[in-house]
Amino acid sequence: MAEHNAQGEVCERVDLPITGMTCAACANRIERTLNRQPGVRKASVNFATERATIEFDPSATNTGTLIETVRDTGYDVLEVSVNENAQDSLEAAHAAEYVTLKRKFIVAAVLSLPVLVIAMSHGSISFLNFDGVNWLQFLLTTPVVVYSGRQFYTGAWAAFRHRSADMNTLIAVGTGTAYIYSVLATAFPSLFVTESGAHSAHAATMVPVYYEAASAIIALILLGSTLEARAKGRTGDAIRKLIGLQPKTARVVRNGEELEVETDRVIAGDVVIVRPGEKIPVDGVVTEGASAVDESMLTGESIPVEKSAGSEVFGATINKTGAFHFRATKVGKDTALQQIVKLVRDAQGSKPPIARLADTISGIFTPVVISIAIATFVIWFVAASPEVRFTMALVNFVSVLIIACPCALGLATPTAIMVGTGKGAELGILIKGGDSLETAHKLNTIVLDKTGTVTKGEPELTDVVTENGFNEHELLRLIASAEKLSEHPLAAAIVRGAEKRGIDINKAEAFNAIAGRGVEARVAGRHLLLGNERLMTESGIEIETSSAYAERLADEGKTPMYAAIDGKFAGLVAVADTVKPGSKEAVAELQRLGLEVVMMTGDNERTADAVAREVGITRVLSQVLPQDKAGEIKRLQAKGKLVGMVGDGINDAPALAQSDVGIAIGTGTDVAIEASDITLIRGDLRGVERAIALSKATIRTVKQNLFWAFIYNVIGIPVAAGILYPFTGWLLSPIIASAAMSLSSVSVVSNSLRLRSFRG
Amino acid sequence: MDTNEIIVIAVGILAVVTVIWWFFGERETVAAEVRKDGVQEIDITVKGGYSPDVIAVKKGVPVRLNFFRDETSSCSEQVVIGDLGIARDLPAYKTTAIEFTPDRTGEFPFTCGMNMLHGKLKVT
Repeated sequence: MAEHNAQGEVCERVDLPITGMTCAACANRIERTLNRQPGVRKASVNFATERATIEFDPSATNTGTLIETVRDTGYDVLEVSVNENAQDSLEAAHAAEYVTLKRKFIVAAVLSLPVLVIAMSHGSISFLNFDGVNWLQFLLTTPVVVYSGRQFYTGAWAAFRHRSADMNTLIAVGTGTAYIYSVLATAFPSLFVTESGAHSAHAATMVPVYYEAASAIIALILLGSTLEARAKGRTGDAIRKLIGLQPKTARVVRNGEELEVETDRVIAGDVVIVRPGEKIPVDGVVTEGASAVDESMLTGESIPVEKSAGSEVFGATINKTGAFHFRATKVGKDTALQQIVKLVRDAQGSKPPIARLADTISGIFTPVVISIAIATFVIWFVAASPEVRFTMALVNFVSVLIIACPCALGLATPTAIMVGTGKGAELGILIKGGDSLETAHKLNTIVLDKTGTVTKGEPELTDVVTENGFNEHELLRLIASAEKLSEHPLAAAIVRGAEKRGIDINKAEAFNAIAGRGVEARVAGRHLLLGNERLMTESGIEIETSSAYAERLADEGKTPMYAAIDGKFAGLVAVADTVKPGSKEAVAELQRLGLEVVMMTGDNERTADAVAREVGITRVLSQVLPQDKAGEIKRLQAKGKLVGMVGDGINDAPALAQSDVGIAIGTGTDVAIEASDITLIRGDLRGVERAIALSKATIRTVKQNLFWAFIYNVIGIPVAAGILYPFTGWLLSPIIASAAMSLSSVSVVSNSLRLRSFRG
Repeated sequence: MDTNEIIVIAVGILAVVTVIWWFFGERETVAAEVRKDGVQEIDITVKGGYSPDVIAVKKGVPVRLNFFRDETSSCSEQVVIGDLGIARDLPAYKTTAIEFTPDRTGEFPFTCGMNMLHGKLKVT
């Protein structure tokens, strides 16, 4: 984790557990070696705790190199407490857990089946009706309890020691009670002989045993856990896919030598070589060579981006055509990709406010259920007839413990948030947390920043109109040649426009920028004037015929410029910040969702209205100064609106922060992610609608899950306690209770997984 | 009402009271140790719960919580400090450090991803 030390420099800290040290001298030796390493600020090795604590400059070295250093000194490093490794080991743990659970389930199922047959036959199968049948059940059930069910008992014990209780507690107490009672009833039947059965010759077999409850419950719950482990593994797919984008190795040049190293060993400042078709390992700046790079995994833009010396490149993007060298600037967890991974991971752990109630309930759930179970036992013991009171009290006690499912409550929110935010990341929508999700689905007003959000944010050449018999191609060539020398942003738009049309640009001479009016220059022996109406009037050039046309262009939000060649009016060109493709559809979709769409801009009313008309927005806030944008949002909120603000993240930061949900668009930079609640990596405005739709779908899933989890417990527990018995004679067998319990958590996870098919 | 019934009722009531006291009673608070470099640090073992589970720290001083997950049970594979917006995966048998600087006082619960295991940070 990055920190700032006293000098304000960024430094990172790592704790390495070291093995193989035999005395304090070993510790000193490692400490000295580490302190000599470049980039290490301070290293201390503690012999007693067997740990090395190292503070280092992440731009000069990294954990991998430090571990190597310790190993080179002759000692070993056990484990690394860096979070990057967490995903891999968690996945391995999930896979191992699945295999173990499956094996335990198979053992439990195979052994439970005969026990179940014996119990259900109630003596009707004659060869199963022998004296030692209880002992046979004991032999079959014991391995199920001791081997398959072990995890429930150890888990319950560990929780108990911490004065907490979880699902394990319920299962352990439930099955443990059934098992221990049955063992006692088998070994000492006389303890439980009821008055009515006392005279029977088969007193021992008359005492009921509940081995089948213990073993079948364990089998069924293991089946549920196995299914759940598999489904839960799938909820983390999105992160896995993101991490999988990063190549495993990188080719770097060190000391003039080209060598292949693992990607996490690349340090900032390394020169990295990338060949055509390879993935770029880390973020950096191109130093030599040129290529086109497919950045679609980060930007969603499918057209490869041209890169040459000085261009920024990002890890996990794919180099298409040429080979190039670049200097690594951001490595390890600082790369754009890792930032995204971190953001998604943090979001997946967050919870929307709607889940607070569920959290409060699940926090007290288990002890409350245990209390209800005890009460159930007492009530049945007192209320039932003496012959059956103990067994009925016992069976219902076990049923209550087993049917209660804190898991479904606990899984309801996190699984939906995990799948929802993961799906978002796949679609280029980065959602910061649960509360952003919950607020986003309730928005009723969306404010769109104009420049860069609705429009491309970069002026473009839109119109070329000729007069007095001039050729369009020729006119544009002269204008672009002159504008090539200008530094004005509109000039760059004209030059780009000419190049796009395949026009060769000449060298211009005698270039002169006339402040507030335009430019003049000499191109290919001809004199060119380009500028506003004032420039033309002052130069005595007649433009009358075109001024109405220019007026219309201005109404469309464009900036017209007049051109004169050799003192004669030649026509006009217009430049405008054009609307992004998809903006119009996006506005329509947002309006269809019932949101009021407002456009906000610093531009004049005329330009703003023109753009708003084009995309179908009726409410426009124009001439809003950057510092007043947040105030405008506040004003809307004061009217009771829940406002989502869409902007490009940097200059709109105050407005994004003021809004209920700030949506940064078209960027993956840290600043934008920091300032916003939702970040759309792609520049397409349609992402806003998709983000809102996704938040609605996710919150809907959370609500469904919570509803079912609540209802399940609210109905299940009283039924298991036997509340229906006085009216209908219904009692819930503990085995049915365990099946219902397993099903409830599996169904919650499955419901969350449905979000994976969200298309937006 | 026979003797057995009276005994069962009495034991039942006692059991419920014990359960409630055991699970909801007051816990012991452990203060994080302030190290030489000014960081308040504490090791927390994660095994069916957090030990210690109530941790006192001071406002405005960097905190480092070293979570050592001493089990593979999937219940504890994530730790969440919801109020601080922190969620971390905890690999089994490894130490995961969580660092932050508390900027306000109050009680901040930390839980596992499913809100089954509970701990609390008391910032003063």
